[in-house]
Amino acid sequence: MEEVLGRSVASWCRGATGVTNAVRLSGGASQETWSFDIQHPDGLIGAILRRAPQGYGAAPGRAAGLDAEARLMQLAYDAGVPSPRVLHILQPPDDLGTGFVMARVEGETIARKILRDEKFANARPLLARQLGKVAAGIHGLAVSELPKLRRMTAAKELAEMEREYRGFDWPRPVFELALCWLADHDPGPSDEVTLVHGDFRHGNLIIGPDGVRAVLDWELAHLGDPMEDLGWVCVNSWRFGEIDKPVGGFGTREELFAGYEAAGRRVDAKRVTFWEVMGTLRWGVMCCGMMQRFRIGPDHSMERAMIGRRASETEIDLLRLLAPRGN
Amino acid sequence: MQDEPTPEELTKAVADFLRNDITPQISGHHAFKLRVAINVLDLVTRQLKLEQGSDAAELARLSKLLSMPGSLGELNRVLADQIAKGELDLQTPGLAEHLWQTTMDKLAVDQPNYASHKRELEAKGD
Repeated sequence: MEEVLGRSVASWCRGATGVTNAVRLSGGASQETWSFDIQHPDGLIGAILRRAPQGYGAAPGRAAGLDAEARLMQLAYDAGVPSPRVLHILQPPDDLGTGFVMARVEGETIARKILRDEKFANARPLLARQLGKVAAGIHGLAVSELPKLRRMTAAKELAEMEREYRGFDWPRPVFELALCWLADHDPGPSDEVTLVHGDFRHGNLIIGPDGVRAVLDWELAHLGDPMEDLGWVCVNSWRFGEIDKPVGGFGTREELFAGYEAAGRRVDAKRVTFWEVMGTLRWGVMCCGMMQRFRIGPDHSMERAMIGRRASETEIDLLRLLAPRGN
Repeated sequence: MQDEPTPEELTKAVADFLRNDITPQISGHHAFKLRVAINVLDLVTRQLKLEQGSDAAELARLSKLLSMPGSLGELNRVLADQIAKGELDLQTPGLAEHLWQTTMDKLAVDQPNYASHKRELEAKGD
């Protein structure tokens, strides 16, 4: 891998003499993430490769595709949204499949560390407001410059989720209740259609002791209601036990909204709540999907199986949202 | 009738062995996998202990709520269907209580330490 990467890097990084420390970080069969260092007379340059190896074409279903991801990161970076700089978009002569190389941003993505470690103590009170500003930056990107993306509405999202849930053929009365609530409370198409990150939460945010350093993983980016991102980041599943701090377990909605509005954009709190309920159900349906993949394959791991048993967490959260017991 | 020890006692014995004797000897990715494995066994142990009681209570509630006999699986399908059709909703007497109790019983097996579950337990003392 280092040899192939080295040849590629030599063609686009002036002065590069090779590549070292290449490690595969994660990914399934169709997508890989690698970390490596570019050897350069001025010192090592940390880099990340995101790619689909040869033989894996367009990303399935909801994914925006690696080319779109690279373009979105570039646009975000240029607009001042914390984002890794895209260094190179893979071309056929690179012999690396499709994808891109970006600068490696140092920091933490693991929620439990961000919420508990002393080193982030000063950052935590700032994060919700910062995320508001970051979301506003994402939603403010000019739609005319964006790559081709799916256009989503609440009704479409709901229909997709319901189809997936029905496909599991396993009765979940609480999910049924949530589906009814969502259908009854659909706020209709948003007046304003913007870029939506689509997975704006812990795990896709690099945090340093100074706060948010980068937004990652634009795989689920689409056009739609900007309030979707604000609702998703409030889903209880991303609070990691800090349930009284709705934004990622570190802040309040008020702080998130204040950061968003200070950047010149308007919050519609009712829509945000709608998307929080939608997001809670969506994570629940995703947990059920993990169970399917465990049972049917290709991933028979214990981890997948156990995520299947986390769907009930979203059921209690849906009940807390839709039928609170008055405590 | 099968002999003792019970499945619950057996899974607990294995989980305790892995937790106390093997965990200190393992590191890296296998340590992570081992933690997951212990969590699996703990979940199964809880289910073996609690399932019979919670299933019986759920079946009794469902039969009353839907005014019909049936198995747990059948009645849950009927309930899901009636909620989807709008024939039952949160105004229906007993529905919210039923869903809450059923969900609390699931969490007691799946993830008793989930913060929302602990909060609801404290609030209601159940």
